[in-house]
Amino acid sequence: MVRLIGVYKSYDNGVRALKGVNLRIDDGEFVFLVGPSGSGKSTIVKLITAEIEPTEGKLMVNGFHLNDLRASKIPRMRRTLGIVFQDFRLIENKTVYENLTFAMRAVGASREEIKKRIPYVLELVGLDKKTRRLPHELSGGEQQRVAIARALVNNPSMIVADEPTGNLDPARSLEIMMLLERINSLGTTTLVVTHEKELVNRFSKRVVAIDNGRIVSDGMDGYYNYETM
Amino acid sequence: MKRCNFGYFLAEGIRGIFIHGVMSFAAVVSTVACLLIMGSFTLVAVNVGASIVNWEQKNEILAYVDDTLSENDARAIESKIRAIPNVLECTFITREQAMENFVKDKAGDSLYRDLPAEILRHRYSIRLENIEDMETTVAQIEKVQGIASVNALQEVSNGFMTVRNIVGGVAIILIIVLLVVSIFVISNTIRLATYARREEIAIMKMVGATNWFIRWPFIYEGLILGILGAVIAFFCQWGIYNAIGGAISKTDTLSLFTVIPFRSMALYVGEIFLGTGLVIGVGGSLLAIRKFLKV
Repeated sequence: MVRLIGVYKSYDNGVRALKGVNLRIDDGEFVFLVGPSGSGKSTIVKLITAEIEPTEGKLMVNGFHLNDLRASKIPRMRRTLGIVFQDFRLIENKTVYENLTFAMRAVGASREEIKKRIPYVLELVGLDKKTRRLPHELSGGEQQRVAIARALVNNPSMIVADEPTGNLDPARSLEIMMLLERINSLGTTTLVVTHEKELVNRFSKRVVAIDNGRIVSDGMDGYYNYETM
Repeated sequence: MKRCNFGYFLAEGIRGIFIHGVMSFAAVVSTVACLLIMGSFTLVAVNVGASIVNWEQKNEILAYVDDTLSENDARAIESKIRAIPNVLECTFITREQAMENFVKDKAGDSLYRDLPAEILRHRYSIRLENIEDMETTVAQIEKVQGIASVNALQEVSNGFMTVRNIVGGVAIILIIVLLVVSIFVISNTIRLATYARREEIAIMKMVGATNWFIRWPFIYEGLILGILGAVIAFFCQWGIYNAIGGAISKTDTLSLFTVIPFRSMALYVGEIFLGTGLVIGVGGSLLAIRKFLKV
């Protein structure tokens, strides 16, 4: 569960990215966070992943109060999240399997756990036949599937996907979004940050729209209305 | 650190060395160069120090016995001289032995051959433990009853002192400066290697790896590179030292210098190189990675 209560964020250069944001995402929800460039979407992601701290307001993520979370506890909080980036961020000299092993090793998983978990996750994302491939041997869509598998491999409570289809064509984008929907149906809370109107409107999900640092709409109708911004 | 992680960190450290082979090579070369420069300065300082100690020991004081004393009375003074603090050695030389030495020094000159021994005095050749206290010791020897005069080259001893102090001071300053420069060079080299892996570090941070989990492979990497650099530097130093030492020993003009055999210092040099290599490697790794952990 994520809760932002009256959150403000100003950067050192004077930019006021968030101006009193209130947002609640319950366990098991699928939420699109939409808005134009510079609206504050990425700032919300960075706050949730504890990359930055709010200037004002309260922030809770999966039971962790981030306002007074000690730096040494941040890794534990991050293990409850699976993060997917627009540019995939795979390690180029590691195979698909090794990229996933790397993520599991980083949180102290044993060899037995790794052997058990990785085949299941790779099958879930449809890459169980390409475990020995290097990232550059895969298409963009496949690379993003590896990134999603990596986000899932440590069994997080929540997936945060920051513009996951930004580098993909419409067909691959739809596939990725359907995969995220499937993952959500298995019980993982999913937050997808995007500005792709057509894609969002194909799914009947909750859509939170942000503009100029303020939440301007929050509806369950799965409709991303550009004109209101 | 969990025991099961030890193998993983070590394997990752070794893997990192091979994957970033060029940077690893640069780090080892930098370590070898820094250790060789530091080691060479230290060994020069140690040898100069040893030569000075050698010269100091050769720097004898002559205490002349009063003419009126018989040889037996003159010999009796020895115990009083030995009782003076800072006297390391005290050798009695009869006037006959002194004349013999004098004539030997003037070998070939018939003018001195038939001189009677009586024109010289019995004397003591004295060596001091510490020439810094020469002035005080000479004054104490002069006070011994039966000693007529003392001949000590205080200017020479003061010169030795000055040289030793300058060499010691310069060596310490150079070693400190070179150590700081070495750590800076190595940390920059490793930082370049780490920069190429900033993405890996960022991913590890994002999936919830602790800072120590991220640091350990880099520490092992620095450790291995440091040890490798130290071992290579040790053998290079050995070769260079023996080559230069051999050349000095064969040169007449430099025969005043005492060249300490490398074997007698090998253990110390090895320990110092290994210790410094580890400090440079591990310290450099920790310094280099610090910036990338702030995610």
